[in-house]
Amino acid sequence: MSSYSYTDVTDLGEPIRGPSALSGDFRRFWHLTFTIARTEFKLRFYGSVLGYFWQLARPLMMFGVLDAVYTLGKLGSADHYSAMLLSGVVLYTFFTEATGGSVRCVVDRESFVRKIQFPRLAIPFAVVLTACFNLAINFLAIGAFILLEGVTPRLTWLELPVIIVILILFATGVSMLLSALFVKFRDIQPIWDVVCQVLFYASLILIPIEKLQEHKGLILGSPLLHLWLINPFADLIQQYRHALLGAPSGPTVVHGTHGGINVLAAAGGWADLAIPIVIILASLVVGFWVFNRSAPHIAENL
Amino acid sequence: MRDYVGSGRPVIRVEDVSKAFRIPEEQMHTLKERALHPLRRTGYNTFKALEGISFEVKEGEFYGIVGRNGSGKSTLLKCLAGIYSADRGRIWITGRMSPFIELGVGFNPDLAARDNVVLNGIMLGLSPREARARYEHVIEFAELEDFQELKLKNYSSGMHVRLAFSVAIQVDADVLLIDEVLAVGDASFQQKCFDVFNRLRDEGRTIVLVTHDMGAVARFCHRALLLEHGDMVVEGDPDDVANHYLELNFNRDAPAPQPVGAQWSGSGAARIADAWCEDGDGSQPTMFRQGDPLRFCARVEFVDAVEDPALSVAFQNEDKVTALVANTAAEIERSGRFAAGEQAVFSIDFENLLAPGRYLVIATLSRLGRGLELIDRSDGEVTLIVKGTTAQGGVVDLPVHSTIERSPSYERRGVEVSS
Repeated sequence: MSSYSYTDVTDLGEPIRGPSALSGDFRRFWHLTFTIARTEFKLRFYGSVLGYFWQLARPLMMFGVLDAVYTLGKLGSADHYSAMLLSGVVLYTFFTEATGGSVRCVVDRESFVRKIQFPRLAIPFAVVLTACFNLAINFLAIGAFILLEGVTPRLTWLELPVIIVILILFATGVSMLLSALFVKFRDIQPIWDVVCQVLFYASLILIPIEKLQEHKGLILGSPLLHLWLINPFADLIQQYRHALLGAPSGPTVVHGTHGGINVLAAAGGWADLAIPIVIILASLVVGFWVFNRSAPHIAENL
Repeated sequence: MRDYVGSGRPVIRVEDVSKAFRIPEEQMHTLKERALHPLRRTGYNTFKALEGISFEVKEGEFYGIVGRNGSGKSTLLKCLAGIYSADRGRIWITGRMSPFIELGVGFNPDLAARDNVVLNGIMLGLSPREARARYEHVIEFAELEDFQELKLKNYSSGMHVRLAFSVAIQVDADVLLIDEVLAVGDASFQQKCFDVFNRLRDEGRTIVLVTHDMGAVARFCHRALLLEHGDMVVEGDPDDVANHYLELNFNRDAPAPQPVGAQWSGSGAARIADAWCEDGDGSQPTMFRQGDPLRFCARVEFVDAVEDPALSVAFQNEDKVTALVANTAAEIERSGRFAAGEQAVFSIDFENLLAPGRYLVIATLSRLGRGLELIDRSDGEVTLIVKGTTAQGGVVDLPVHSTIERSPSYERRGVEVSS
C-alpha cells in the first residue's frame, strides 16, 4: 500500500514529532509543570489540620534533635551553631526531596506518559518545583529563627539567592538524570538513598569544617579537604554559611588566609572551585542529554 | 454512512509509517546486573506493530480504524497522538488535536471536581485560564452541579466517567482521536457519546475512531481502514472494510463455537450424512450476505425403514442464543415412508435475515409419532457466517417499515411513531 494516492496538497507544514523531552511551546510546558507541582504540593497535606506546618515539622524536628545533641556535646561551639545547622538541614532536605522524589516520578506517572502527549521533562521539573515550594516555606522559618538568634543582617545576604539558584540547578540536573535512568535501571532508587545518606555526613552538615580543623588537626591543603571541596553540595552549603553568617568560604578553609588575603584569588583556590562548578554544569548537560535521549521511548519502556 | 461534505483539504496525512517494539528475551533491570555481566548482550525479539501505513484524512471526515486485537490499531492511534514515535515514515496533523485515548488522565481522587477539571484540561492542552473558564460548562454537561465540592473518590463510577467525558469534549479540538476504550460506559452513556460525536462531525470536526464495532463504522464513518498484523488490508468504503473485517474474524484462526449441552444420541434408524448451507444459486460461499436467499440442506441416509421423518434446523449465534428454528414438518407433516438404504436431501429455504455474525447450525432428524422421536442429530459440524453492515443490534434483522404521522389535535404529544 505504499503507493497511496494522496491529495495534491503540499503545504501541510512540518510533520509531527513524536514524544520528546521538550516539545511544544514553552507556555504549555510551564503550565503543565506548575500545575503538576501545585497539585502535588496541595495534596501532600490535604485534609490534615496542621496543613503546611507538617512541611516545616520534618526539618525542624531533625534540627531540634541534632541541635540538642551537638550543643550539649560541645561539638557545635561555633558562632550561631544553631543557625548554621538549621540552614544546612533545610538545604539538605530540599536536595534530597527534589532528587529522591524524581527517581520514581516518571514511572509513577505512567498513566500520563502512556496516555497523553506532553513534554516529558515537565515531570521531573514538577518534582523539583514542588521541592522549591517547600523550600520557600522553610525559608520563612529559618528567617524567623535567625533573627531570633540575633544574627545581624549583612551585605553578603545578597549572595544567598544566587547560591539557592545554583543549588536548584544542580538538583534539576541530577533529577533529570535519575528519573531517566530509573526507567531502565530499577536499582537506582536504593543506590540514590545511600548516596543521599553519605552526602549528609560528607557535606559536614553537623559539624562545621573549621571546627574539625581546630579540634582534629586537619592540615591546610590536606587531601581530605580537597576531597570535601570537590563535592558541589558541600561547597554550596559552606558558601551559604559564609554568606549568611560569615563562616569561612570553602577555598579559605582548604588553603587558609595569608595575612587577611583570601586565597580564593590565588590560582589554587580557583582550581579547586572549578571542579564542583564543572560537576554542576555537567549534571545539567548530561542530565538533559540522557533524559532527552530516552524521552521518545519512555512510554514504550515503562 | 453519510456523504462527505467538506473542503477535501487533508488534515491528517500518514506516510509510510512503521513501528516495531523490541522485546528483550531477558530483561536487565538493574545496574547490578549490568555491572556483573558487562559483556553479555541480551537478545531481543522485534515485534512489528505497524508496517508501511499510509493514509489521509480530510477535513471534516469521520474516519474509522478497525482491526482485531493486536492488529496495531491502538499503536497507530498512539503514533498519531504523539505518544509513540514512529520508527519510519512521517505524520502530519494540522490544527489542534485532542486524543480521547483514556478519559480522566490526571484525575486525582483526593481533589474536588474543580481542581480535577482544571488539571485534566491543562493535561489535554488548555491553558489554566481556558480550563477555568470552561469549568461551568463542564459541570453543566456532566450534570454534576450538586456534587462540585465532593472529592472525586466519593463519586460513583458513572459520575466519574461523565465528568471526564465532559472535560474531554470541552477541549475544542479540530481533530479528535477516539479510542474504543471510550465505549466502556452503559448503553445510555454510549449513546450520549455517539450523539456528541455526531454533533462534532456535523460541526465539521475531523474524527478518527478506533473500534471493533462494525455497526458504528457503517453508521458514522465516511471512510475506514482495516489493519491486520500491522499491515493495511483495505482502506476506503466502510461497508467494504466491515465485510473484510468479518471475513478476517471468522475465516482465520477463530475457533468454532462449541455446541451447548451434551451430545444426544438418537435411535439410529437414519443418520444425517452431510449438511451444508447454500446460496440461492446453489453455490456454497464461505460467507453469506444478509438479505440473500439461503438454503439449508441435509443429506439423510436411512439405515432402517422410517415413517414420516422431519428435519429441524436451529441457528445458534455466538452468544448461544438460538436465533432461528425451522422444521420441515411445519409444511410437510406426512413426509411418507423411506425404506432402508434409501437417501434423501431435506432442504429448508428462507430469506437470510440473521444479524451478521457466526452461527452454529444444529440439525436434528426426528419422527413424528407419539411425541417426538429423535433419530439423529448433527451439531457443530456446520457453521454459517453472515456478512452485512446493517446490523441494528438485534438477533435478526427483520424488514421494518417506519412512518411518522403528525396529529395536529395534540399539543404536547404531537409525534407518534408506528412501525
